[in-house]
Amino acid sequence: MQTLSSGEMSVVNEHDIVLSRQAVRRMSQQQGFSLVDQTKMVTAASELARNTVIYGGGGIVKWAMLSDGIKRGLRLTFEDKGPGIANLELAMTDGWSSGKGLGLGLTGTRRLVNEFEIESIVGVGTRVVITRWK
Amino acid sequence: MDRIPILRMGEFLLVTIQVDMQDQLALRLQDDLTNAIEKKGAKGVLVDISALEMIDSFMGRMISDMSGMAKILDAKTVLVGMQPAVAITLVELGLSLPGVATALNVERGMQLLRHAMSESSDDANTIKR
Amino acid sequence: MASKGTLVSALQTRRKEILGNWLQQLEHASAAAKGRLSAKDVAKQADEFLNVLAATAQAHGTDDIGAAGWQPVRAFLEDLSRQRVLAGFSSDETATFIFSLKRPIFDALRQECAKDADKLANETWAASELVDKLGLHTIKTFQISREEVIGRQQTELLELSTPVVKLWDGILALPMIGTLDSARTQVVMESLLRKIVETESQIAIIDITGVPTVDTLVAQHLLKTVTAIRLMGADCIISGVRPQIAQTIVHLGVDLQGVTTKANLADALALALKRNGVSFTKQ
Repeated sequence: MQTLSSGEMSVVNEHDIVLSRQAVRRMSQQQGFSLVDQTKMVTAASELARNTVIYGGGGIVKWAMLSDGIKRGLRLTFEDKGPGIANLELAMTDGWSSGKGLGLGLTGTRRLVNEFEIESIVGVGTRVVITRWK
Repeated sequence: MDRIPILRMGEFLLVTIQVDMQDQLALRLQDDLTNAIEKKGAKGVLVDISALEMIDSFMGRMISDMSGMAKILDAKTVLVGMQPAVAITLVELGLSLPGVATALNVERGMQLLRHAMSESSDDANTIKR
Repeated sequence: MASKGTLVSALQTRRKEILGNWLQQLEHASAAAKGRLSAKDVAKQADEFLNVLAATAQAHGTDDIGAAGWQPVRAFLEDLSRQRVLAGFSSDETATFIFSLKRPIFDALRQECAKDADKLANETWAASELVDKLGLHTIKTFQISREEVIGRQQTELLELSTPVVKLWDGILALPMIGTLDSARTQVVMESLLRKIVETESQIAIIDITGVPTVDTLVAQHLLKTVTAIRLMGADCIISGVRPQIAQTIVHLGVDLQGVTTKANLADALALALKRNGVSFTKQ
């Protein structure tokens, strides 16, 4: 698996959410994703970016455009040093909400991508990695 | 200061959302819209999202909220022109925007609103009798 | 440890010789097999490959073909594999293109190393390893390309097996035949929604007469499709609901969320026409 290119962006305020959406749209197009897949990736990124800003106290998103010669993918890692999620299992079930959410938690986002990993330690922070393949 | 314009379309209001909305803009729109409904006595609001390439849960909630506020002010909201890719993504995300009426385009949206209004005025007439 | 120099210089200085030899080998192995590729095309490809190989070996050494500098060579092999897949070659026919490069290179090395037997042995081994790696890369990408082609064909098949039909102005029908899994649902949703926008249709009738079983998953997929249609502003009627399916739906506790269901397509069409304000009079 090769990383064609990678980088990171800060995700600290509202404006950053918009910027990261635009960047993800560009990268998805570059990797040749279909319109529906682009939209899914951009939406997933928007959800996670928002979580990072609002619940995580701000953080970063690391991106990587991948290729194994034929298959192309896009991997995004959202990291923050926020309060962390106490009960990950509960958070991952539909209908969970910690206040401002729509009760969707992260399960909705997980359905939009091919690979989804989440790590969260209370008092330390949260990391979510999503990957979408063409 | 950016504001999303609210236009008058006959007896209804038309809001065309084109930009990637940030929270501030969204809250301002809700404010402007509720004020406009009251000021113009509008009974219907058309929200044109045909230019929106993405709707996340925040946007979804904002749209639901706007619809709810309009309803309390006795105006019906119709969401028009959702792109297929957006609809598919919303469904996958688990959002179905209950309570928000939808139409394929502005024209159909207006038909829907007129129909809804004539039905409610029928009710009003029946009561009078 | 073989010196980078010898193989690289052999590739540069004896390129014409190697090319000639190689083409002979290829003809032997009838790589232009059954006229799928003209001898001229093969010659051109061989020539181009040798060029990029020689240049890359010179610039980046021959130790690691996975390195960034070897990208042009890998890309060349990937293109080659893809072409061969589409032309109907088998994987070993394709790999032969690379492996038959060994003999010509060994011959060239023998010339370069003259009387130095040790040197020749080392160089030959290094060259053999290099060609093996390149050959393996070719086979690997061949497999991947072939899977891609099959995948694409499957998608096309899926699309073909779920045709969207216009029954009337503003009324579309989608007869579903076979099982409804998540891959199929995606394809169905995309083509149906697209058609709705294109034809500005008000109502989509999904006929499930041909769907053998409706379990929770199938019901979920159906509901997803219905929800998407409604979000866009059109409406949906499900037809072809057999008694068994009605029982299953109730037993499973599936909430159809107000979607109208009809026993057959005719009834669904009648309802759709009525909703659209269309009526017929008998003459």
